Amino acid sequence: MLQARKTWRASSASPLGIHAVILYIGTVDTQQKLAILADAAKYDASCAASGGTRRNSSRAAGGKGGIGSHEGSGICHSFTPDGRCISLLKILLTNFCLYDCLYCINRRSSDVRRARFSVEEVVSLTLDFYRRNCIDGLFLSSGVIQSPDYTMGQLVRVARTLREKHDFRGYIHLKTIPDASPELLTQAGRWADRLSVNIELPTQTGLAALAPEKNADSIRHSMGQLRQSIDEARAERRAVRAQPIRILPGARARRARPPSFAAGGQSTQMIVGADGASDAQILHTSARLYADYRLKRVYYSAFSPIPQAAAALPAQSPPLLREHRLYQADWLMRFYGFEAHEITPTDGGMLALQVDPKLAWALAHPEQFPVDLNRAPRELLLRVPGLGVRTVQRLLAARRARAIRADDLRTLRVPTRRVLPFVLLPDHRPAPEAARQLGLDAIRQADALRTPVQASLF
Amino acid sequence: MSDSTDFPSSRHRQPRQTHEAFERFRRQARELLAAATPPEAADGLWLGGSTHEHRQADLFATAPASDASSTPASLPARTAPRFQVPRRFIQLARLCVLHRDADRFARLYRLLWRLVHEPDLRQDFLDPDWQHLRQMARAVQRDAYKMRAFVRFRPVQVLANDIGPGAGTGAEAGAEAGNEPSAASTTGPLHVAWFEPEHDVLTLVAPWFARRFAGIRWAILTPRGSLRWDPHTEVLEHGPPARREDAPAADAGEALWLTYYRHTFNPARLNLSLMQRHMPGRYWANLPEAAEIHRLAAEAPERLHRMTSTPAFKRPESSTKPVKTKST
Repeated sequence: MLQARKTWRASSASPLGIHAVILYIGTVDTQQKLAILADAAKYDASCAASGGTRRNSSRAAGGKGGIGSHEGSGICHSFTPDGRCISLLKILLTNFCLYDCLYCINRRSSDVRRARFSVEEVVSLTLDFYRRNCIDGLFLSSGVIQSPDYTMGQLVRVARTLREKHDFRGYIHLKTIPDASPELLTQAGRWADRLSVNIELPTQTGLAALAPEKNADSIRHSMGQLRQSIDEARAERRAVRAQPIRILPGARARRARPPSFAAGGQSTQMIVGADGASDAQILHTSARLYADYRLKRVYYSAFSPIPQAAAALPAQSPPLLREHRLYQADWLMRFYGFEAHEITPTDGGMLALQVDPKLAWALAHPEQFPVDLNRAPRELLLRVPGLGVRTVQRLLAARRARAIRADDLRTLRVPTRRVLPFVLLPDHRPAPEAARQLGLDAIRQADALRTPVQASLF
Repeated sequence: MSDSTDFPSSRHRQPRQTHEAFERFRRQARELLAAATPPEAADGLWLGGSTHEHRQADLFATAPASDASSTPASLPARTAPRFQVPRRFIQLARLCVLHRDADRFARLYRLLWRLVHEPDLRQDFLDPDWQHLRQMARAVQRDAYKMRAFVRFRPVQVLANDIGPGAGTGAEAGAEAGNEPSAASTTGPLHVAWFEPEHDVLTLVAPWFARRFAGIRWAILTPRGSLRWDPHTEVLEHGPPARREDAPAADAGEALWLTYYRHTFNPARLNLSLMQRHMPGRYWANLPEAAEIHRLAAEAPERLHRMTSTPAFKRPESSTKPVKTKST
């Protein structure tokens, strides 16, 4: 693939001998539109570039002079002062919208400045930023204009132009407009790596109150259709891989590739704190979504203050910590083998803010501890507060060679102060009240931190 | 970036160039092992290896003085006995040779020596020597990841055709430019980036850039060496070390990226410490958007206050029916 390397001689001038002329793309108008439509898109959290087929633009991989590659997981090309990463170009095609969802800055009755990109403008922007290596791909959403089908058709056009006209092989995530026709959904899946429909709110009553024009059934129906198409495409790929390759005389063996459909799967997003739903309700909804629709991710977006907020919205936004706890609980369900009902407490249905859900569970179930690190199975090791998935893997590998001792925990950079009250080692046995004391300390510490900061937390 | 095991994942297969650094180490190590040289005696032999050819001769300082013309390639192919080592050691070593620590070879050799003489060590990954090398390997991998993330290309139109083997110096190229409309100008601009990696990862990341940007001409300049890609021949060329001045300044189109950066940030969620953990200050010099950070952070509270204190806006009832939109 790569030919023999050569070196070029440096001249006394720069190594490249460039006589530079500056290129310029875009007009002032594009700048203004970008400002408006990037601003309008920033409340959508679900912009990771993960999943999807691996591919690149080299000739060996079938590239035809285009750019773009995807090799499994996305890259964070930059970080904004809110600590969030920029992996994809996250914009709306337009922030004009027919709907009037109360929590949305772009709702029909809002006074926000409006703009609209053309399909070509979005394509140019994507390619330009990609060439600068600022992004891994495009995350495109839109307000609903004229009709769901029309809007969806525009989104599909952007993706198709990128793929077919420019041979763009980077990542594309398209938001799906519920109520769009199945044919458009099928086309979208052909060009995009990931599709998502926002569930918006964790309960049907919440959706009815805050987004009366949206229909919970049609949202679920779209998610169901996506799941079906994704499953079918995956099954086809498996079937083709299982078949022997037929080789024509003189030809190279090549496997026919079946059309893919959103190989990166589907995800969704729900807003936390705009309606009165409890954390228990949220987590149960998530568990059902993961099970019923085989989602890759559920994103939780703390309801954020928006300009000209509707009076019907809660006067106070939830603490950011609540969103953080929900993500932690989500992780417990997906990677640590917890069930939703185990994590959500029975009283009031809200996750504790002072301690993370894993520690909260451990404190509530003292009969499960201490865990013998040298004998316990993987499932039980994963339940020890302070032990992450990777650390558990390393422990399992290490204990094949010899017994693990307290010093080894320090070598593995395990937070020993948090872990030791819950584990048994040849040279360590926790004091009877150690776990409970740790819990009390954590709560006291959290309370002390929270009070002065409360006023500015959102 | 994540690897689910302790050790380097093979997702990004190492290119031939980095194999050379490892092969040099392997050759030398085999000979030392065959001569039963313990690590303490071998320490003085490893010198901070750069990939520059001249320095490599020092690695073989123990060779006879009369063999002054010997280069690594022309050493007699002594059949040094081979030693069985865990595959993980090889994976680690391939990365550790690129680390900038001068003692990396000594450390690798010490672990190698111990692996050969202490069979129990092969599985005991908690041993400090294993751990230290693992950390070095991860540092190299992290540096490679950051390079893939933070290299920023700026487009320039190259008027002179100085791309391609045997092309002249800047002065000659200038003379040629008058003679022929360069083919280079019809294939699009050259995208140039300047970057300062901590470790010697340029050759590690080169194939990734070649795969991603296969269709355009690009070049990456670093203080240790440069890289250039020609989409027509699909050849990756290595070049001499460069200086920051050799790379282009910001172009006007970069303003779009800065606009995007400014507007995708949510002032309600200011969290500078989290941002700096992922994007440490030492990269900021080469990231155009870093210049915006302080201003954005300073403006955030005021923006937030404006958003939350604006009273709720409600249009009069008659106009809340769905409106047909006009395209702008």
